[in-house]
Amino acid sequence: MTATDELLFDGADWDFRTLQRICDACEQIARDELGLDVYPNQIEVITAEQMLDAYSSVGMPLFYKHWSFGKHFAFQEASYRKGLMGLAYEIVINSSPCISYLMEENTATMQTLVIAHAAFGHNHFFKNNYLFKQWTDADGILDYLEFAKRYVAHCEERHGRLAVEHTLDAAHALMSHGIDRYPGKKSLDLRAEEKRAGRRRAHEESAFNDLWRTVPTGPAKSGAVLDVERRRQMLGLPQENLLYFLEKTAPRLKPWQREILRIVRNIAQYFYPQSQTKVMNEGTATYVHYRIMSRLHEQGRLTDGNFLEFLQSHTNVVFQPEFDDPRYSGFNPYALGFAMMQDIERIVTDPDDEDREWFPDVAGKGDAMAVLRDIWANYRDESFISQFMSPRLMRHFRLFHLHDDPEERAGILVDAIHDERGYRRLRRELARQYDVGFIDPNIEVVDVDLAGDRRLMLRHTVVKGAQLTEADTKRVLQHLADLWSYDVSLVEADASGTVLKEYVAHPRNIAAAA
Amino acid sequence: MAIHIVDRRLNPGSKSLENRQRFLRRAKALVQGAVKKSSQSRDIKDVLEGGEVSVPIDGMDEPRFRREGGTRDMVLPGNKKFVEGDILPRPNQSGGKGRGAGEGDSEDTFRFVLSRDEFVDLFLDDLELPDLAKRKLAEVESEGIRRAGYTTSGSPANISVSRTVSRALARRVALRRPRPEVLEALEAELSDCSEERRAELMAEIEALKAKMQRIPFIDPIDIRYRRFETVPKPVAQAVMFCLMDVSGSMTEHMKDLAKRFYMLLYVFLKRRYRHVEIVFIRHTDRAEEVDEQTFFYGPASGGTLVSSALQAMHEIVRSRFRPADWNIYAAQASDGDNSYADGEVTGRLLTDNILPVTQFFAYLEVGQENGLSYEMPNSALWTLYEGLRAGGAPLSMRKVNERSEIFPVFHDLFQRRGPQERTAS
Repeated sequence: MTATDELLFDGADWDFRTLQRICDACEQIARDELGLDVYPNQIEVITAEQMLDAYSSVGMPLFYKHWSFGKHFAFQEASYRKGLMGLAYEIVINSSPCISYLMEENTATMQTLVIAHAAFGHNHFFKNNYLFKQWTDADGILDYLEFAKRYVAHCEERHGRLAVEHTLDAAHALMSHGIDRYPGKKSLDLRAEEKRAGRRRAHEESAFNDLWRTVPTGPAKSGAVLDVERRRQMLGLPQENLLYFLEKTAPRLKPWQREILRIVRNIAQYFYPQSQTKVMNEGTATYVHYRIMSRLHEQGRLTDGNFLEFLQSHTNVVFQPEFDDPRYSGFNPYALGFAMMQDIERIVTDPDDEDREWFPDVAGKGDAMAVLRDIWANYRDESFISQFMSPRLMRHFRLFHLHDDPEERAGILVDAIHDERGYRRLRRELARQYDVGFIDPNIEVVDVDLAGDRRLMLRHTVVKGAQLTEADTKRVLQHLADLWSYDVSLVEADASGTVLKEYVAHPRNIAAAA
Repeated sequence: MAIHIVDRRLNPGSKSLENRQRFLRRAKALVQGAVKKSSQSRDIKDVLEGGEVSVPIDGMDEPRFRREGGTRDMVLPGNKKFVEGDILPRPNQSGGKGRGAGEGDSEDTFRFVLSRDEFVDLFLDDLELPDLAKRKLAEVESEGIRRAGYTTSGSPANISVSRTVSRALARRVALRRPRPEVLEALEAELSDCSEERRAELMAEIEALKAKMQRIPFIDPIDIRYRRFETVPKPVAQAVMFCLMDVSGSMTEHMKDLAKRFYMLLYVFLKRRYRHVEIVFIRHTDRAEEVDEQTFFYGPASGGTLVSSALQAMHEIVRSRFRPADWNIYAAQASDGDNSYADGEVTGRLLTDNILPVTQFFAYLEVGQENGLSYEMPNSALWTLYEGLRAGGAPLSMRKVNERSEIFPVFHDLFQRRGPQERTAS
């Protein structure tokens, strides 16, 4: 342990030497004291405008071109200028090396905070959490994005900007339904993806012979009617990954359109773990930066003034407004995550009887970091909350559960509060709010009318009476029909199979012409 | 493990630019509508600064499968008084909104900040200068070279000897490089002096020589190169003549209308030519060339002789703007009054001298506030111009009463036309 009394910096200014010193100091604490295991770090200093840029293309350093990113940029820029929102202090990318963006406007203290938060907290989480290990390919992502960008640009050159835009619009509308939710297939290997795409293209080009067009095809064979079960099996039905289904089976898509669907699907898949681990990921990073900053202060490497500055922004970040506060907009993942991490630390090092009863496995184990590292590696938000939300924390947040049944004329029922009777129910309900199975509507391809008009049939299984919004649904189905090139129908049915609503969309010719 | 720190701030080319352009292209109709709407209420000068327009976001939003309604369960923080089994009244009976209220509301329209160029482009998008022979010149441009100070690097051919020597001298003086005369004097003294003085002198000479070594006569940092820079030399240039009747009958409102029209014309020409000149000529029964301030705000009174202004314009063209080199435009604003006797002179000046050299002559008849333009009786000037136009002269004329009519009229005058229409207008 080489604690030194030397200050990392003094005041608010920083230069690149200071950053390097900060990184070294943080790394030492992260590695030696917290036992974190991280990807190599790359820290990039950028301007506010570049930060907005990065924001609008889902935080990626390079991305294909699409108007919607321009829209997001304009929207964000406008609200930033109006002062409606501050910019994030950092953006961090799950890649190897792990890239963290730092804004040049930040003070030296903020840079230290951001480095501790992103370059060590998030980085450790990305590298060790099982979901990220299973679903993402940190080594390949940057190359794959580069490939995607080039591929889309190449398609625009060959097939026209408009045709590509239509395809991308449609793919984006279905993006949240382009995910394999259940593992079983091998994990993503984006580099191999890229190579395969290149080979596919080369093969198409080499195998192209214009003469094939003139080969007589003969009369169509009379279709042997497949029996329903066999057909569904061959098409891999039911299928909830709509983009995958279209990519593989849409009859009239051009090869390049399939590749674009594949790209959008791969990127959606890459972001899938992030949506399932928001609370844990931010909780981990916040906990790590809090530990590192406090330790730096103890070592005398941060002045009291700088430490107070840090505490002020830290407090802002972990502020949780209450439900009746005008600022309330759901749970703040930083607040919830950080509170849980700290609570776990307390349970591990200084438990009371209640904790021993609720958490017999970890209470009093003594080594908080070992327990936390294990949790960070093996849980996602839903399982994390359902196992580690303690009664004490529920009391601290004064949680209560509301059950709102529109049929109930009297009003909304308070179903559980933070008392002995309510703890388990509260915890279960809160965990459900983070369960991806409940967040996205459950829509599946159930059948294709192969014998008839090739209509694609989808089903939305309605849970708790929540139906799809009509205007949006029509527009998404339109995109879907354009890709499928034949009619598409969507049936909304509840668990008992009663049909509540039916939509039909007909393809427009643009997709056929594209 | 080494941590890489990269400075990306200098990376040129904002990534978002291309995406932004795509968005603009896609939202063009929406943005264009917003631009036109905002330009009606705002001062033209501000409008041309670029700026914000509100773009409705619906029509630009991206659809997703979303759910609403049904029974909902939520866990919230901050319970103060509820106990299990309480029934809370619904905040609003519609019940559709809840936790999510306020999340998406601000996205209904958003203010889009357009750069000056984007704004003017959209503003003038479907306008075009009446196509005439010389317009082709507008596209041609040649590069010229001009001196642009000194630089520390460059090709040896461009070394500026005098600048280098003078900088070297300044440096030698500033660093107190020993002058050769001093050294010579000491050496002369050395040849006949006492032994002890000799040692002293030797040391002194050594020191001076060492100092001369350290401070060279010319140092690389003294060297300066002449710098040249290329400047676009406009081949095509345009001049715009603003002719205005300022006799007592022209009210402030009329001048304001005229001003707006001139501004638009100016910006429009500015888009087409590198170099645009404006000449302001105001007239009563006499014409004079004035500056902008006097043109629009200076008081004047007297009778009205339109021909005086045309005569002045003709003389200015002859002396300063060779029609072979300049694209000449004129915009005349008047309430239409002219003395009866002047009509013939005006007509002759126009047909013989002015119209043959101008690309386009716009006549704007301004009327009283709250008047109706189609109810204005044809004035003397209007009737005269109408006759000329019927004879095929490149002359356009419109009547305007309201501020909000300016843009449509301008738009009308310069709208892109098919070739046959063009000759007809």
